[in-house]
Amino acid sequence: MNKFEQLLHQQRQFTTRRWFFKECGVGLGAIALRGLLGQNSAQAAAPAGLHPLAPKKSHFPGKAKRVIYLFMAGAPSHLELFDYKPQLAKFNGTLPPEELIKGYRAAFINPSSTLLGPKFKFAKHGKSGAELSEVLPYLAEVADDIAIVRSMHTDAFNHAPAQIMMNTGSQQFGRPSLGAWTTYGLGSETQDLPSYVVFSTGGKGTSGGASNWGSGFLPAFHNGTLFRTGGDPVLYLSNPKGVDDPMQKDTLDTINRLNSKRLGTIGDPEIAARINAYEMAYRMQHVAPEVMDISKEPQHIRDMYGAEPGKPTFANSCLLARRLIEKGVRFVQIFHESWDQHGSLKKDLKHNCEVTDKASAALVKDLKQRGLLEDTIVIWGGEFGRTPMVQGGDDGRDHHPNCFSMWMAGGGIKPGLTLGASDDFGFNATVDKVHVHDLHATLLHLLGFDHTKLTHRFQGRDFRLTDVSGEVVTKLLA
Amino acid sequence: MRLLTPFFTTRFLGFVAFSWVGCAMAAVDFTKDIQPIFVEHCYACHGEKKQEAGFRLDRKESFFKGGEYGPALVLGKSAESLLFLAVSGATDQVARMPKKSPALSSEEIGLLKAWIDEGAQWPDHGVAQAKSAKDHWAFKAPVKPVPRAVKGQKWVRGDVDRFILSDLEKEGLKPSPETDRVTLLRRVYLDLIGLPPTLEQTDAFLGDKSANAYPKVVEQLLKSPHYGERWARHWLDAARYADSDGFEKDKPRFIWAYRDWVVNALNRDLPYDAFITEQLAGDLLPGSTEDQKIATGFLRNSMVNEEGGVDPEQFRTDGLFDRMDAIGKSVLGITIQCAQCHTHKFDPISQEEYYRLFAFLNNDHESSRVYYPPSLQQSVSDLTRQMRDLEDGLRHVTPDWQERMKGWEDSVKQDQPDWKVARAFHQGEKGERFYDYVDGSIRASSYAPTYWTAEFWATNHAATVGAFRFEQLNDPNLPCGGPGRSIKGMAALSEFRAELEDLSTTNKIKVKFVNATADFSNAEKPLEAEFDDRSGGKARPYGPIQFAIDGKPSTAWGIDAGPGRRNVPRKAVFAAEKPITFTNDFRVRFFLEQNHGGFNSDDNQNHNLGRFRMSHTAGTNAVADPLPATVREILAIAPERRSTAQIAAVFSYWRTTVPSFKETNEKIEALWKTWPEGTPTMTLAMRKGAMPGDEARATHMFRRGDWLKPGKEVAFGTPAFLHPLPPDADGSRLAFARWLTDKKSPTTARVAVNRTWQQLFGTGLLETPEDFGTQSPPPYHPELLDWLACQLMEEGWSMKSLLRTLVTSATYRQSSRVTPALLARDPANRLLARGSRFRVEGEIVRDVALATSGLLNPVLGGRGVYPPAPEFLFLPPASYGPKVWTEEKGADRYRRSLYVFKFRSIPYPVLMNFDAPNGDFSCVRRGRSNTPLQALTSLNETVFMECAQQLAMQVLTHGGNTDDDRITYAFRRVLSRHPTPFERTELKSLLQRQSQRIAEGWINPAELATGKNEPAKLPPNTNPTQLAAYTVVSRALLNLDEAITKE
Repeated sequence: MNKFEQLLHQQRQFTTRRWFFKECGVGLGAIALRGLLGQNSAQAAAPAGLHPLAPKKSHFPGKAKRVIYLFMAGAPSHLELFDYKPQLAKFNGTLPPEELIKGYRAAFINPSSTLLGPKFKFAKHGKSGAELSEVLPYLAEVADDIAIVRSMHTDAFNHAPAQIMMNTGSQQFGRPSLGAWTTYGLGSETQDLPSYVVFSTGGKGTSGGASNWGSGFLPAFHNGTLFRTGGDPVLYLSNPKGVDDPMQKDTLDTINRLNSKRLGTIGDPEIAARINAYEMAYRMQHVAPEVMDISKEPQHIRDMYGAEPGKPTFANSCLLARRLIEKGVRFVQIFHESWDQHGSLKKDLKHNCEVTDKASAALVKDLKQRGLLEDTIVIWGGEFGRTPMVQGGDDGRDHHPNCFSMWMAGGGIKPGLTLGASDDFGFNATVDKVHVHDLHATLLHLLGFDHTKLTHRFQGRDFRLTDVSGEVVTKLLA
Repeated sequence: MRLLTPFFTTRFLGFVAFSWVGCAMAAVDFTKDIQPIFVEHCYACHGEKKQEAGFRLDRKESFFKGGEYGPALVLGKSAESLLFLAVSGATDQVARMPKKSPALSSEEIGLLKAWIDEGAQWPDHGVAQAKSAKDHWAFKAPVKPVPRAVKGQKWVRGDVDRFILSDLEKEGLKPSPETDRVTLLRRVYLDLIGLPPTLEQTDAFLGDKSANAYPKVVEQLLKSPHYGERWARHWLDAARYADSDGFEKDKPRFIWAYRDWVVNALNRDLPYDAFITEQLAGDLLPGSTEDQKIATGFLRNSMVNEEGGVDPEQFRTDGLFDRMDAIGKSVLGITIQCAQCHTHKFDPISQEEYYRLFAFLNNDHESSRVYYPPSLQQSVSDLTRQMRDLEDGLRHVTPDWQERMKGWEDSVKQDQPDWKVARAFHQGEKGERFYDYVDGSIRASSYAPTYWTAEFWATNHAATVGAFRFEQLNDPNLPCGGPGRSIKGMAALSEFRAELEDLSTTNKIKVKFVNATADFSNAEKPLEAEFDDRSGGKARPYGPIQFAIDGKPSTAWGIDAGPGRRNVPRKAVFAAEKPITFTNDFRVRFFLEQNHGGFNSDDNQNHNLGRFRMSHTAGTNAVADPLPATVREILAIAPERRSTAQIAAVFSYWRTTVPSFKETNEKIEALWKTWPEGTPTMTLAMRKGAMPGDEARATHMFRRGDWLKPGKEVAFGTPAFLHPLPPDADGSRLAFARWLTDKKSPTTARVAVNRTWQQLFGTGLLETPEDFGTQSPPPYHPELLDWLACQLMEEGWSMKSLLRTLVTSATYRQSSRVTPALLARDPANRLLARGSRFRVEGEIVRDVALATSGLLNPVLGGRGVYPPAPEFLFLPPASYGPKVWTEEKGADRYRRSLYVFKFRSIPYPVLMNFDAPNGDFSCVRRGRSNTPLQALTSLNETVFMECAQQLAMQVLTHGGNTDDDRITYAFRRVLSRHPTPFERTELKSLLQRQSQRIAEGWINPAELATGKNEPAKLPPNTNPTQLAAYTVVSRALLNLDEAITKE
């Protein structure tokens, strides 16, 4: 226990124990006491009954305990990154077969636009022989640790609805996100940090906004909390100007003593929950900045990610994601909105990969070397794919929902696997198709949940992440 | 929406709710798993109405009996059961079911298999439920019950109490004593106006020893303008009100006039039936007022997606689904949206019935109007009158004006060339989307790119082309009616170009324009701030029509005639150097270059063309008709058939052509220059078939709710299980609204009273205010619910009467103190043996701090305000695009939270942290969480800290001279009551400890007391250390649980 932790420990002992026992226990009676004095796990410093986010058991033991989701918003081109199509190169500049595009709706282009060959070379990597684009050199190094899915498909082809679909299983706003369902099911292993942390690092924000990490109709504490990579990581984390730490502590202790007294008078356990929240807030004020300080990482680890302290980069966020899950955060999601290549496909993709490839691969390596990959799922992917047909001159692709690629690693995902296939032009997923609902069912399965049973009753109906469909993709399981 | 009651979040979650986690999976449940499958896939042919093959499975006995093919089941053996074989299609011997619709999902088949294998348990209540959906209590109109007799008459103040007490007595419980007067006062203040009482108000109440002191306060509060603000908040949640579009662009939108309408309507106690009717169909009421039109903003609160590449029709449809959902939750209390995709599984509403209701809402324009808030209405009517007087004066001094005007009319009647409309169609990529109308006009919609050249072509038969006419037309779907797409309905045309192509030779001719005329151009001016493209001051003027053919993309034709006159049709004529003659069919290609929008089209800075039409004529001498289009239309009407208003409109134009009227014309022109700038506000307008694009819209059912899969056409109508639509009702929104607010409606009044009950007591009598259907939990005190519903209607739907009845009841006045025994007996306080106690809503949390510190600016209404918020939130990558959030520096910084600008994609974090919904969809029940982020917010957020600082200032100015007095004063400002000795001691020792530290130099007192490193202006006889130390004490007080709790 270092000095800082000691301080925290003392603080916890002080307020929690003394006041709950001495002041409140007397007046409260059996019900509150059961919660207040209940079992006291190592992770949960305060009594379990006061923590709506206390750790919970899943339906069955899951292989994964936590998730890091690298959300490549804007929709990366599968045809340039994961799904090599020599035929597309061959038929570059010709019109697609009519039967292929019959009834096809495109966002911007006339579907009868000419085919555009892949912009990059591909090569096979690792023992698994995973075929990857030349712009993903770092990912190639972990080819045997990841599973690539080349047969994803979705229902939406505009960004906002498709991102909402990918995150909440519905194109309609208002449903809980995957991260919210995860903490709803599993609770959190930290009470000093939010259970679900979100970063946004791209050139712009996401198209779906805060609803991408919303809690929908689940209780609000399942909302993702947006972290900043610079400044206060959590809003309102720092004391106001002129307030130092001893003053903050003295103030909080006074507040808690007054609230405890009130609890004794009024008897409403809600007051106990408030006391607890103020304690957690104080701890978060100390824990969060510490976790966010990547200068504490050894140089070689920072180099591995390409992280530089103080910069709001994707690389920093990946390193922070690892640090956060080490502290017990359940779900970290990094939104990197930069992948909407209607034009400037070659240059922008190359740039995006330079920004994200190294850190994404480093995350897998780093988790693996720490033994965390075993029970942490890493997901990389966007909301849909891109058309094999050109948009604009010869350097852009339109939105495309029928087929796209993602990769995943760890937490019970089968390593070294390339799952599924698309047709010759990468237009339709054809073999082992994986719908967004199937992906969600699989992820919940890895976390220990039957996706049809992880439900929340709302408006007279049991809602679930997978709506009324979704099948676990058993081929993806290790 | 968040559903958990405080009880649920803090107690239930920990102790009870998650006991299911980790349990072994239950066997297949008939009611939950199997019956819904039957309902969805089988009932249509094997249910109550039809029994194909003599088989019906909506009843237990007939199901187990089987049909013509024998029993459906072999218990425990799915592989031998006809039912399983049919739905799984496992064998060719049995026809696959369902015959005419898609097969069951593998999951559903799996459930059926497991159910059969487990022995096909079919509990008796499942049958009963399926049969009795139409007999469900909430689907029958309430009948006013007579309160039961009770023993504890002394406690009873009214009928509400009789219902509550009779249940308590049945349970062997006693009500709690009345709470102390200060607590009661603070409670009723927070409930009725959402603000705590001031010290003066508290003292006045405590000093009033009369028997009716409390009812008097209730009356005062019901008359307070803040009453409307507090109760509007609940309705605005239900109305999913926000100040932005949602989705990717999340553009700011103008609809605060609707928010103010709600506040106003509640303040004048507009009866609830009228309140609903005006919001659904205010524009259709006979002689509807401006106000009633603005009320239709309720329906317009749906989100709109204008990201590039969308089909606007898809999101219009989604918007209608959202409107249905909002009406379902907030007015009907029935989860009708389930029937969007399929017949409701539990409640007796079919998919067809859903689309019959949908038809009522499907025949509108998404319109907007210019709104003049009360502060401007006077000057608008003054100006209108002055102009009318001046024109009357002209008529007075010109006795022969009618003759002269007739002469003028004859001279202009035939002076227009023949224009041939070129029906043009959009070409190229689909950035902006275009609707084509039968009159050859085109309306731009959805994503509005800036720096954008829209390209169209039209095919024409042999002709000579000498000039083109470009008309800009009004359209109800454009901002303020257009003709353009800017916020004010304006557009700038940077360049107009045309190419002609002989279709037989493919010869192309680029038309050279030598002359351009327009009926109106604004004087040359630089673009307004909202159109700044951040190019660093590059000149981009707009003005004369010549700018559209000068070959310079940086200049544009502008049509902004200023407030009051801008939203009218405009036209330009572009004449070619020489006529071009085709002897074959030819094609015209139009290029409409639009470079005069702002940098950020995501922030409503577009300046694009709205609705327009192209025509051509043979001569090169054509010029734009100077007569306004409206005047030209009137001239086409036979003189004797013109209305007075039409004659006046012609006169208003004609007078401008008369040289001798110069002086008066100039006076009127000067008045126009002083016309105030209104604000746009979103409304609905019915499609009436008055013009192209105004045709009635047919409603089709959508298969699986998919707008791309229209099914059969349906007419308007209402669900059969509810009260009937009057035989003479038409398909208008007004008919719909009248039906919804009919006293025969079984749910409308119940939903209204239940929601009100929920706001006062924390949970509704029925826990699910949005769902009164068969899946809802049984209500507590069902008779009371019905009594209140009937009472509401009897009292003319007066919400204030309802509130008066509730807050003066003995039930409401109980102490909220809880004993362990009672907590164990009724943890959620559903029986109401005690008063309700819960944390106030997020907006009120913040308002309490503002009010008790003295910072609150109590002004009502107006645009949304921007209190301090971290800047990064409104910039990429936290926000999709940059958003305007100009922190208020003046008094607007401290307005009530109701007025905080609501961006859907970037919810204001202070309110979001305290469970305020962001308006993505209708919410009639907020959650009430209790989190560390809330603690951080009220401890550290800028305005909360400013409140602590201001409270300290108040304490030192007005709080007396001793620390005891001052602490008591501060305590009473925040909590109304006096501190206990323990509390005073605690606060005093905090004060002393921190004073000492400040004195020792650990803390910069100026920074603490002002947030800046500059000394504060001190009250007399005080020192900086005191101000700083009282800031600490104030901050602690504002963070007490009690400060943000309705006790």
